Amino acid sequence: MFDLTGKNALVTGATGGLGSEIARALHGAGAVVTLSGTREEKLQDLAAELGERVHVQACNLSDAEAVDALPKQAGEAMGSLDILVSNAGVTRDQLLMRMKDEDWDTVIKVNLEAHFRLCRAALRGMMKQRWGRIIGITSVVGVTGNAGQTNYAASKAGMIGFTKSLAMEVASRGVTANCVAPGFIESPMTDALTDAQKEAILTTIPAGQLGKGADIAAACVYLASAQAAYVTGQTLHVNGGMAMI
Amino acid sequence: MSDVFERVKKIVVEHLDVEEDKVVEKAAFIDDLGADSLDNVELVMAFEEEFDVEIPDDAAETIQTVGDAVKFISEKLGK
Repeated sequence: MFDLTGKNALVTGATGGLGSEIARALHGAGAVVTLSGTREEKLQDLAAELGERVHVQACNLSDAEAVDALPKQAGEAMGSLDILVSNAGVTRDQLLMRMKDEDWDTVIKVNLEAHFRLCRAALRGMMKQRWGRIIGITSVVGVTGNAGQTNYAASKAGMIGFTKSLAMEVASRGVTANCVAPGFIESPMTDALTDAQKEAILTTIPAGQLGKGADIAAACVYLASAQAAYVTGQTLHVNGGMAMI
Repeated sequence: MSDVFERVKKIVVEHLDVEEDKVVEKAAFIDDLGADSLDNVELVMAFEEEFDVEIPDDAAETIQTVGDAVKFISEKLGK
């Protein structure tokens, strides 16, 4: 239904569970995709799986200069940069009273500051061509909060406020900025939970099951599409009903 | 009229869709030519490309009129 043929997309954190699904979905809808992440080998594996219309650009998102340069490199490789999906994220969970400075700094830097840098660099071309899609992968906990994740929740809530402000700035130029907020999604992180923990989580999810990476990816494809041109500054929650906001 | 002025004028006319005769040295982008702050940013980007010069953010803020732009660019180019 949504055709991204002729559009060029950059996906960060493309080797992660969500990121690889997002890259697959954008690619499947016809987009050219640049895969970015820290693990070059895994990026190459995914690129090989996808075949044509794929570029690889390794980048450490805690390196400010490298982040600033990434959209330009991706744009040069693909010819333009039309769709940016900031998916990379890290957690350093800890009760606030025990949280170290570096736990805070790392999470803010990778999850929030990198998004700011990527958007700033990507906007130049998007404004000029009067078309752009910025999609930030935030989290349900950025809205609901979660004990042990003050740093992570702050970074994800920050992304939502950032997105609303950016959306106002660039809406008149055909550029939209939105967030997708996953709830509990099947991933190596949720695989590590015990059955008892999973049971407890499932009681909070009306849909009665964890989400899949593809559920998040489908939301991204929609927001990246021409059909979503009038949707901006929004956070699309994909969480099986666990939080209705 | 300098070459720089003519090139700046062409960019301003195209970008802001204004009459050529309105684009005089004293014309302020926002007050006289109907630009918004985002247009200003885009004009600076366009000047940078046209003249292959870098216009730092603090300098960009001082460029309020067509004349300001011509003066800044001319100085940068050493003309």
